[in-house]
Amino acid sequence: MKSKVALTGNEAVAQAMKQINPDVVAAYPITPQTEIVQIFSSFVANGEVDTEFVAVESEHSAMSAAIGAAAGGARAMTATSSQGLALMFEVVYIAASMRLPIVFPVVNRALSGPINIHCDHSDAMGLRDSGVIQLFSENAQEAYDNMIQAVRIAEHSDVRLPVMVNMDGFITSHAMDVLEVLDDETVRNFVGTYVPEDYLLDAENPISIGNFDMYDFYFEHKRQQVEAMKAAKEVIREIGKEFGRISGREYGLIESYKLDDADVAVVVLNSAAGTAKGVADELRANGVKAGVLKPRVYRPFPQDEIREALKGVKAVAVLDRAETFSTCGGPIFADIRNVLYDLKNDIKVVNYVYGLGGRDLRLEHVAQVFEELENIRKTGRVDETVKYLGLRE
Amino acid sequence: MAKVLEIRWHARGGQGAKTAALMLAESVAEMGKYVQGFPEYGPERMGAPIQAFNRISDEPIYIHSNVINPNIVIVLDPTLIGKANVTEGVPEDGIYIINTTKTPAEVREMLGIKSGKIYTLDANQISLETIGRAIPNTPMMGAFIRATGIIPFDQFMTHMREQLSKKFKSKPEVIEGNLKAIERAYREVNAE
Repeated sequence: MKSKVALTGNEAVAQAMKQINPDVVAAYPITPQTEIVQIFSSFVANGEVDTEFVAVESEHSAMSAAIGAAAGGARAMTATSSQGLALMFEVVYIAASMRLPIVFPVVNRALSGPINIHCDHSDAMGLRDSGVIQLFSENAQEAYDNMIQAVRIAEHSDVRLPVMVNMDGFITSHAMDVLEVLDDETVRNFVGTYVPEDYLLDAENPISIGNFDMYDFYFEHKRQQVEAMKAAKEVIREIGKEFGRISGREYGLIESYKLDDADVAVVVLNSAAGTAKGVADELRANGVKAGVLKPRVYRPFPQDEIREALKGVKAVAVLDRAETFSTCGGPIFADIRNVLYDLKNDIKVVNYVYGLGGRDLRLEHVAQVFEELENIRKTGRVDETVKYLGLRE
Repeated sequence: MAKVLEIRWHARGGQGAKTAALMLAESVAEMGKYVQGFPEYGPERMGAPIQAFNRISDEPIYIHSNVINPNIVIVLDPTLIGKANVTEGVPEDGIYIINTTKTPAEVREMLGIKSGKIYTLDANQISLETIGRAIPNTPMMGAFIRATGIIPFDQFMTHMREQLSKKFKSKPEVIEGNLKAIERAYREVNAE
């Protein structure tokens, strides 16, 4: 197989799932994720994978079936978007608390209402506090690579948590892009055979899972989930390095783009990070020391890496593709500003909410952000902390 | 930033603009170039005006915005001329490739294009005669190769044969029809 191929994001994720060859996939179609499940189900029908495909009647059932399968000792996956993730909400918390290594791509789409099918991150942000690991992908290549690494991260004995692999709806999922894929054997060897520690179908060692848990232990179990999240950071780094050895593409918790000597920086997830990098390159040619920070992992939050990456920057703009209605900015803004507080460096941090419901983020929007950051840097003055980008007002 | 060639397709839902943008992307990627191909997804229905986009570059493409200032505009439906804003954002030296029975000079006057190069062809008639129905997407790709020379024609035909063979395994007549349509379009396109 040729290693460099042209695929859409959905095709790339389906290809990764085919090479991972999970035991069980339970899923329900929803735009813009539908193609992943459609393509994968054709692999099942053609006998190209050994997966048991469960066609469920809702996303609540999709995650429930994945939980049942994973609790039984299977490598299980699902996939969804937007309203599907919202319907899954309660079961995602259960998957995390039961410490089940379910990997599920989420093709980011705005939550209703008003009803919309296009990209924003309100779906993923809704599950921010659920206890799942959240990886974000700039393009089809990263979505593919993240899927393969997610299996190892989820199943690692220090972690044992679900992993959500995010990519932008339509912008990444439906756009054809050039990427390098690994051969089947390399992926098979990398993900290995899943050997669960405790599982319901282990008749020799009977256990019960998902028990009633009162004030005597619930709190301790939640604390253990926090420990797993903490441990996940090192595991994600290790697996990112190991993946670099088989692919030439090494991954960490964040990507720092031209931040070493940067005066001004934009922090942004997913596909918009690529657009921001392109603008930063143009500005650098004109003498502006611009950089971009792209968190690859949003939960757990890589606070140490982010603090280190941004410590020398004078002004930072956090771009959020989700609204919190807190009236004091988006979710990533709150996290970034929080971690920079301890530095006492007087780094000015501002927030731009952008791209809700698929509103296009144009090059000139990002250029405008950098220009405003330069003004803040020069004057030391912030007129407005939270703004909206590409919005008619 | 590396020089990126940007293309905007105008069509109506059902004419195959999305398919053409993605097939073109696959063919160009086969040449070792970096490429994006993506449609604009609105509330599309059969017959409603739609757009699709390509970016082509010798280096990796970071940008994920819509195409605003296309170097090349391809119009699949003659009735969109004067309705969809096909000249919007196009630079002076932009290239237009238009499915119409009109001549390039007539199109130039209708659209008020000053210096951009214009290519026209009757892709509906070509597809009717070769494929058996008015599906202008593949002939327009032939005209695109003629207008840009971005891929040697023979190599492009080889890639198209591969792609069409994958898509229409059980319908060999569709494969041959499409290949004939591309070849005729490549030969018959008028330029000014």
